[in-house]
Amino acid sequence: MGGRFGDGAVKPEPEDVKFHADWHPRAMALTVATGAVGAFNLDMSRHARESLSPKDYTRFSYYEKWMGGLANVLVQTGVLTSEELAGTVEPAPSPLAERKLSADKVAGVLAKGGPVDRPSNIAPTFKTGDAVIARKFAENEKVSGGHTRLPRYAAGARGHILRLHGSHILPDSNAHGFGEAPEPLYAVVFPASELWQHPEHPRDEVVVDMWQSYLLPAP
Amino acid sequence: MPHDHASHDDPHALLPSDPALRVKALETLLVKKGLIDPAALDEIIDTYENKIGPRNGARVVARAWSDPVFRAALLEDATTVVSDMGFYGRQGEHMVAVENTDAVHNMVVCTLCSCYPWPLLGIPPGWYKSDAYRARVVREPRKVLADFGVNLPEEKAVRVWDSTAEMRYLVIPQRPAGTEDMDEDELMELVSRDSMIGTGLAGQP
Repeated sequence: MGGRFGDGAVKPEPEDVKFHADWHPRAMALTVATGAVGAFNLDMSRHARESLSPKDYTRFSYYEKWMGGLANVLVQTGVLTSEELAGTVEPAPSPLAERKLSADKVAGVLAKGGPVDRPSNIAPTFKTGDAVIARKFAENEKVSGGHTRLPRYAAGARGHILRLHGSHILPDSNAHGFGEAPEPLYAVVFPASELWQHPEHPRDEVVVDMWQSYLLPAP
Repeated sequence: MPHDHASHDDPHALLPSDPALRVKALETLLVKKGLIDPAALDEIIDTYENKIGPRNGARVVARAWSDPVFRAALLEDATTVVSDMGFYGRQGEHMVAVENTDAVHNMVVCTLCSCYPWPLLGIPPGWYKSDAYRARVVREPRKVLADFGVNLPEEKAVRVWDSTAEMRYLVIPQRPAGTEDMDEDELMELVSRDSMIGTGLAGQP
């Protein structure tokens, strides 16, 4: 939705406001704890949220999107059946139950995190300062309608390499179970005038993290 | 709000439409499946409500203001530096610190979802996750800053960082004038959460 018009004002709030309804922290914790079971990866989980129907994506509040995505990905990966979700059958014990996150393991799991940098056979082809063009389509190259992290507003835009972050798991592959396929990840800086018809300021810039396969050398 | 599930057959539509009931139903089901320990959920909530929040990030900023060697190391390799302070973890595995200067003001967003450096700033605020912020800040950062009551000098450029990968960005706001005699703990009080996202500036002493 980057660049979209018509969303209205941003409403600041004090730092001590963490959640806006009692069920919000529960939805957050349920998502984190279910993720720790390891039935699906982070990219599958994001793709499930982004694949909600446009109608649902628009009308759902933030944590409703999380719940919608979680229910969908749990059925897609076979962890739950539709009948269990609908409550028409008695739930069967899961073979993954031994990986359940117990309360005493929470601190350790949150502290450990899930780093996504990986060794890669793909050598960086760009260096800092190189001019690049982002791929024309903000779409998954292999799967029609599949996952990508290339924002539409930057597709086809010309920028340059600001820094190499290392090699990271490619979401476009990992979200579809095709493996982690790590490749070089860069911070790419685009002049605002390359992205918008009416930039606010001539020297404004937007930096987007992009994998090497999102980029072409600029002529 | 009326909920019309007739238009599609996503599995989630099988759950109750009321969000609070929906969460409860999913939790109950996952507990019965043996996949969720309700006490673990309580522990996760307690962690982000009470233990991990923006005071972690404020400690990092205050130290960067106070210690030039620390500042240089932070700008070079933030992940290692904040890990050494105990601020590593979920959604903060790969950190980059970006520094505001007289020439450039940095702001952070995730236009695709809501990526945010949890170990340093805690749970993202509601506005960070809002459609309005995600849609607008990349295109009209100054108008968004105006919503926060912030006005930048005309000569200053804005650089917006869109967190599209697993890199997480921490803004180091400019140290206010008149704080030369303040120690790290006093400086921390001037560092708001919003100033570390770039929608605010550091407070005045």
